[in-house]
Amino acid sequence: MSAVGELTQMVSNRKKGGAKEKHPDNKPALVFMLPWLVGLLGITLIPMVASFVLAFTDYSLLAPPEFVGLANIKEMISDTRLHNSLVVTFIYVFVGTPLQLVMALLLAVVLNQGIKGLAFYRSIFYLPSLLGGSVAIAILWRQMFGANGLINQVAGMIGFENLPGWVSNPDTALSTIILLHVWTFGSPMIIFLAGLRQIPEMYYEAASVDGASKVAQFFRITIPLLTPIIFFNVVLQVINAFQSFTQAFVVSGGTGGPSDSTMFYTLYLYQKGFTQFDMGYASAMAWLLLIIVAIFTAINFFVSKFWVFYDD
Amino acid sequence: MTDLQSRPIPADASGAGTGGQGASPATPKPRPRRLVRRGVRHAIMIIASVVMIYPLLWMVVSSLRPNEEIFRNPSLFPISLDFSNYARGWESLAQPFSHYLMNSTLLVLGCVIGNLIACSLTAYAFARLKFWGRNIAFAIMLMTLMLPIHVVIVPQYIIFSQTGWVNTMLPLILPKFLATDAFFVFLMVQFIRGIPRELDEAARIDGCGHFRIFFQVILPLMLPALATTTIFTFMWMWNDFFGSLIYLTTPENFTVPLALKSFLDTQGSSDWGAMFAMSVVSLIPLFLVFLFGQRFLVKGFATTGIK
Repeated sequence: MSAVGELTQMVSNRKKGGAKEKHPDNKPALVFMLPWLVGLLGITLIPMVASFVLAFTDYSLLAPPEFVGLANIKEMISDTRLHNSLVVTFIYVFVGTPLQLVMALLLAVVLNQGIKGLAFYRSIFYLPSLLGGSVAIAILWRQMFGANGLINQVAGMIGFENLPGWVSNPDTALSTIILLHVWTFGSPMIIFLAGLRQIPEMYYEAASVDGASKVAQFFRITIPLLTPIIFFNVVLQVINAFQSFTQAFVVSGGTGGPSDSTMFYTLYLYQKGFTQFDMGYASAMAWLLLIIVAIFTAINFFVSKFWVFYDD
Repeated sequence: MTDLQSRPIPADASGAGTGGQGASPATPKPRPRRLVRRGVRHAIMIIASVVMIYPLLWMVVSSLRPNEEIFRNPSLFPISLDFSNYARGWESLAQPFSHYLMNSTLLVLGCVIGNLIACSLTAYAFARLKFWGRNIAFAIMLMTLMLPIHVVIVPQYIIFSQTGWVNTMLPLILPKFLATDAFFVFLMVQFIRGIPRELDEAARIDGCGHFRIFFQVILPLMLPALATTTIFTFMWMWNDFFGSLIYLTTPENFTVPLALKSFLDTQGSSDWGAMFAMSVVSLIPLFLVFLFGQRFLVKGFATTGIK
């Protein structure tokens, strides 16, 4: 059971109440939990509150924070670069994630059919998702999609000569990063494969006896029984995609260019907070990101009632 | 759902072909058609594999070629074995590349130790102890799993700049000793729940307290979960970029990802050979961990991924 599933269940069980629990282990628990408690307070909760307060200040680390009320929020409303970064991020999340998950699901289903050399294929597909977050791969991407890069060399061989560089063209730069995201479909694929293994074979046997075609079996058995895992993958991948940073940073050389076409929200936040040291504005941006991620996660959980099928 | 938890997925579970649409005994197909179908399936898989892996292979091959060749030859052949890119890349930054490899190793080591200690202690409490507020704490822990680090990074930076820890690895390592990687806490909780409680109870009857049960019963049994944690922590921290970029400011403290980034800044697009060479060097440890730790990686993903 995944984190997502467990959280759903805890929320739905909460109202039931139940017998009063005893707490015989309070003392040892305090010792075992101490590192986590300190971390929760010092590394997570207090900084969260602090960043909320900072969102209403002007702070550059050099002088003490100065309370400015809603000035940061007003600035965000009129900041066209910020709006652009939101658009770029939304395109990345809502094009990249579905493409990545569809690839992951398709290949998981094919691999699950008892293909020879499964372990080999699985490794090949999984490897990029482990390396994909590294600067090394982002460097490779920058070369591949450059003016004289691998892609244009291959294009030249089949007759498309002198194409412009993909990463230096504002119309195509974002697609190269989306492609890099799709390339890392291996980790959701592994989760899908594990999920496919959990589907009892008797369902397929019964369906075959009833004369259901493979396609019907896929849509009537595989997909419904896999919905909890699809849901889990969607929730996590959307949350992760909103926070993508490294690839856009490296491919654009830290600028988000050309002409802000790869200016991810997190990259803009980084520039505001850690190159211009506008900490107040960066904090306000961080809270907006949290709110956006929370809204989409909530929507995901809400919509899941209509399409996720829990067997038990 | 408990039956799923207590049935850990075998190492190479996610395949082996029992998940049966392929092999339905009810409708035996004529042999040739089946062969064709199998052939087509393999062809698709092989093409997909090549597309997926080609960029990586090409980078390795290109790192062994002279610079001008990188922009002329998209194929893997002829394979040259010119290591001059490696020699040049190794020395072309402020420090030899081994310095950055060492920094990254230290960072990874600190984070692995922190995660192993802190997450296993926390996980034991969540999985085995009955204490006040456990469910709420567990729900909060699961929610931190989904929290974007950006909401905490600015105040964290301010705190660490006041303690004088900016430009050291402490801001990156210390949180690991405070179990802030909820993913691993959750992974270990799942694992401990699968260990039969009878073992704890037997130890308790023999007079063991919770600390001895943890150290002598649970910890030895959760080695696979610890291995998974080690491998994931290694992979993530070896690649860590955002945190390192913020906290590590001078070249002598750079980790491998920052060294590669500064390579890109200084060399621009001129010396791709050297840049490829050092990129390959940076990927080798990841590749080795992948090669030898794959079953733990797959298992880790599978057990935390189910439902």
